[in-house]
Amino acid sequence: MSTVAPPVPAPRRRRKSTKLKRRQTRLAWALLVPSLAVVAVVALYPLGKTVFQSFTDEEFLALNPVSWVGLENYKDLWNDTVFRDSIWTTLKFTVITVAFEFVLGLAIALIVNSSFKGRGVMRAVMLVPWAIPTVVAAQMWKSMLQSNGVISDAGVRLHILSEPHAWIADPSTALAAVCAVDIWKTTPFVALLLLAGLQVIPHDLYEASEVDGAKPLQQFWKITLPLLWPAIFVTLIFRTLDALRVFDVFYVFFGNRLGTQSMAIYAQSTIVGDGYVGYGAAISMAIFVVIALFVIIYLTFQRVAMR
Amino acid sequence: MSTASEAARPVIRPVSRSRVFWRSPLGRSLKRVPFYLLVIVVFVYALFPFAWALRCAFTPEGDLFSSPLQYIPDSPTLDNFKQAFQAEFFRKALLNSALVAGGVTLLSLAIGSLAAFALGRFHFRGRSLVMYLMLSMTMFPSIAILGALYTMISGFSLGPIDFPNIYDTLFSLLFTYLIFTLPFTIWVLTSFMEALPGDLEEAAYVDGATPFQVFYKVLLPLLLPGLVTTGLLAFIAAWNEYLFALSFIQDPDKYTVPIAITSFVGESGSAFQQPWGTIMAATIIITVPLVALVLIFQRYILAGLTAGAVKG
Amino acid sequence: MKIRIVVLATAALLVAVALSMNVASAGTAGSSAKASSATSAAKAYPAPKVPNAAALKKQYGGESITFIGDSVGGSHARDLALAKQFTKDTGIKVKVVPHPAASDASYSQLARVFSSKSSSFDVAMIDVVWPGAFAPYLVDLKPKLGKEAKQHAQGIIQNDTIDGKLVAMPWFGDFGILYYRTDLLRKYGYKSPPKTWNQLFAMAKKIQDGEQASNDNFNGFVFQGNSYEGLTCDALEWYESAGAGGFIDNGKVTINNAKGARILDQFRAQIGNITPRDVTTYQEGEAHTAFVEGNAAFMRNWPYAYSIGQDPKSSKIVGKFSVTVLPHASGKSVGTVGGWQLAVNKYSKHVDASIEFVRYMTSAPVQKFNAITNTNVPTIPAVARDRAVVKANPYLKPEIANVMRVTRPARDLKTHYNEGSKVIYQGINQILNGRPASSVLPSIQSKLNRILR
Repeated sequence: MSTVAPPVPAPRRRRKSTKLKRRQTRLAWALLVPSLAVVAVVALYPLGKTVFQSFTDEEFLALNPVSWVGLENYKDLWNDTVFRDSIWTTLKFTVITVAFEFVLGLAIALIVNSSFKGRGVMRAVMLVPWAIPTVVAAQMWKSMLQSNGVISDAGVRLHILSEPHAWIADPSTALAAVCAVDIWKTTPFVALLLLAGLQVIPHDLYEASEVDGAKPLQQFWKITLPLLWPAIFVTLIFRTLDALRVFDVFYVFFGNRLGTQSMAIYAQSTIVGDGYVGYGAAISMAIFVVIALFVIIYLTFQRVAMR
Repeated sequence: MSTASEAARPVIRPVSRSRVFWRSPLGRSLKRVPFYLLVIVVFVYALFPFAWALRCAFTPEGDLFSSPLQYIPDSPTLDNFKQAFQAEFFRKALLNSALVAGGVTLLSLAIGSLAAFALGRFHFRGRSLVMYLMLSMTMFPSIAILGALYTMISGFSLGPIDFPNIYDTLFSLLFTYLIFTLPFTIWVLTSFMEALPGDLEEAAYVDGATPFQVFYKVLLPLLLPGLVTTGLLAFIAAWNEYLFALSFIQDPDKYTVPIAITSFVGESGSAFQQPWGTIMAATIIITVPLVALVLIFQRYILAGLTAGAVKG
Repeated sequence: MKIRIVVLATAALLVAVALSMNVASAGTAGSSAKASSATSAAKAYPAPKVPNAAALKKQYGGESITFIGDSVGGSHARDLALAKQFTKDTGIKVKVVPHPAASDASYSQLARVFSSKSSSFDVAMIDVVWPGAFAPYLVDLKPKLGKEAKQHAQGIIQNDTIDGKLVAMPWFGDFGILYYRTDLLRKYGYKSPPKTWNQLFAMAKKIQDGEQASNDNFNGFVFQGNSYEGLTCDALEWYESAGAGGFIDNGKVTINNAKGARILDQFRAQIGNITPRDVTTYQEGEAHTAFVEGNAAFMRNWPYAYSIGQDPKSSKIVGKFSVTVLPHASGKSVGTVGGWQLAVNKYSKHVDASIEFVRYMTSAPVQKFNAITNTNVPTIPAVARDRAVVKANPYLKPEIANVMRVTRPARDLKTHYNEGSKVIYQGINQILNGRPASSVLPSIQSKLNRILR
């Protein structure tokens, strides 16, 4: 008799005895040794060094010795209007792209998962934007979005636009342009992850609910969404993290233009361009804090939704 | 059952004309129109740039940006493809990227699945801490850790351990790409692990299997969709990575694909002349096999859970 | 299923095409991306021999140096040819590593190696604005190359001399020039190219109005207006030619002055008018593409675009354009200095052998070789006057080659040049995008003052 109740996630191990529990804990840590080794070697030193550098006045090419300046960098950062603008730009970018990518990605995943006739083609199509290297895709879109580029040309010919438009140069459409490219590029990532998540949901649930007279929309809200939640959570976290750290697209489109810098662009131009390693490290710490805030928001939402 | 009671007392409600219409065959097809519209919009949005790249790849250099814009080239040419293939650093780059991306993917999956087993099937103190430690690795922008990574890569000693100089070798990429593939792999595989029902595992333990056997024979096959998904995502992420490849590789023989593609230089030899047609041809050359590769592996994502194992 | 077959078939077809092309192009050797005019010209014009080779061989033969040279492609092929000749004659092995194509990636590569005090390279190609930043890490070349330095254009030598040390030898020079369409000037009744900026604006407007009837992508004037280093070059030309100074003069920041504000506002008025609206995103590539595709009447660019304009494969205006000096306002016509120098790493283990390599590469015969086979602008005026060189590079006609050169304030800003230039080009890009100059220049002035302090 197949069960109709949704599967219970992560069953708690019954505590047969503390000795067994201790053995299992040792085993778990043993399994984690390779990962922790990688973290220690590859991540600990660079991250630790960044934290340390943020309290110094280190400069790339200057020959004067590096000295400790305490919170001076952070004080300057607090008053840095360019950095504040870059945070705001990045936040706008993140919210727009993650929202669109999520909705579009979910739609595509549902379509490919269903018995829709064109799903094979959809499967192939959805991967194409993603297989193209980001820098090349960004350059491609940049040349397409110029006022003498194909998008303006097609727009005018199809009478959607009245005249050619300089999408990237015009500050009012610049952010929309860069969002359009990122959505194009990373929706496949979201779709693929959600598709894998959809595969985990057993078909019997849908069959059983159909017997009970459930409509597709009800099935979606009551079965699909709750069971897909772990996949959605992971997807949203990593997409948001990546969006907050965006660099390549902004660099190709805008370079160092004021008013359209992302946080990572500002960090890069400070560290590599200007050579202020210490101040740049403080910027990186600030970026870390902004990202951490988002993670906390997601976790709180997760806990509330789990009630 | 509710339907049985309803069938006992049929209630006849008058049905409005619009309702009749939407239930008729014509109405049903019309209801699907917004759906098909969405599909078409998605297709155009996803494919148009690629179609444009295709057009540019077959257009001779001088006609690329002429006005009026030629949507289909007047005199298509295979010259751009020839240029792309003739570039030795491009051919080598395809191999280099495949090696690095493949290696990083296998490493991430191996290490990550072990970690996911621990984090997804065991409860112990410090579990959340480890998860967030992994996550924190990806919370810094790449540029922030670039300087320190460069120092490490060039060889340094940390206490008793001596790190060799792996600057300008593919190992430097293998090593540093783990920073962004590993956390993601661990998190996704852990969430898949958590979603697996516990009955099979319990049954295996009862039968006397060791944890390793449980992992290898029971959990891993069930995890296949997750493994393929994260494998693909990690592969493409490593394949597309630009900043580390630019900073740690110097010899053109070791260029990876993103660096190679942006290194094409036009006839004049000047760095200001980017042979756009050749670059687009190179893009087509790498995109088509990648899509083919992913399509082949996608079969395993859509395989779903092995039938019969859960029912019973 | 069908999709998969189609995709796999296409992939197989591409592989087959690749293999067949590989066989057909069996003649291509080495890592050059093209086997074109450069290499065939090189066959006709061989690399010069190293003078004093026997003595060098005795003293340094067997040593090995690493040279970070030009990016992959025809220029890398040129470096390889020269290095091969040098090794053949002197026995000093030279490993040529191409630098990243993007200028700022190349800067950060060198900066990283210098700050880690590495000896992983001996000789490097550095941009004309980098000597100030890298000076503490470079060998003083005056003792050994001082005599040769006198042959070169003194303006560049001055640029490469920091605190009395000659830290780099000029290798090839670049300077801003005006390209114009001879056929369009004739069509609209102009007998000669514009001499002042106002003349250029007027001519561009008339030609644009006429041409847009048949080609709505046509614009009067294109230049480098993106928020990047290239804008600093263009803006310096506007400033100096309007008598507004050179951003920083005699150690003092002078960028905020009335003449400067006026010329900037004049240019701001032209954006979207005689220039495309997105000229504020144009770098060298977009500008030359617009011009050679026949979509612009005037262009400001470096000399490299000349050979592209004459190449029938890329250009629709072969034989229909010419070059001259840039216009001026109330000052004189000028051209910003670009180009590259060769410098020796202080931490190198083969300093003397490296200096000999630099001596060879910057010598007059090699400069002539570069000019003829790769259209690189020589930095030795005598070479620039050579008839064969002028024939290959028409922009070296005396009336153009003798234009007054102006340099960006790299010597004043030293290690903070990138930061200072960023302040300048970000601000000017804002002005071009619509803000009045008087609202932006004061803040540029104060930021530059803060950097110089």
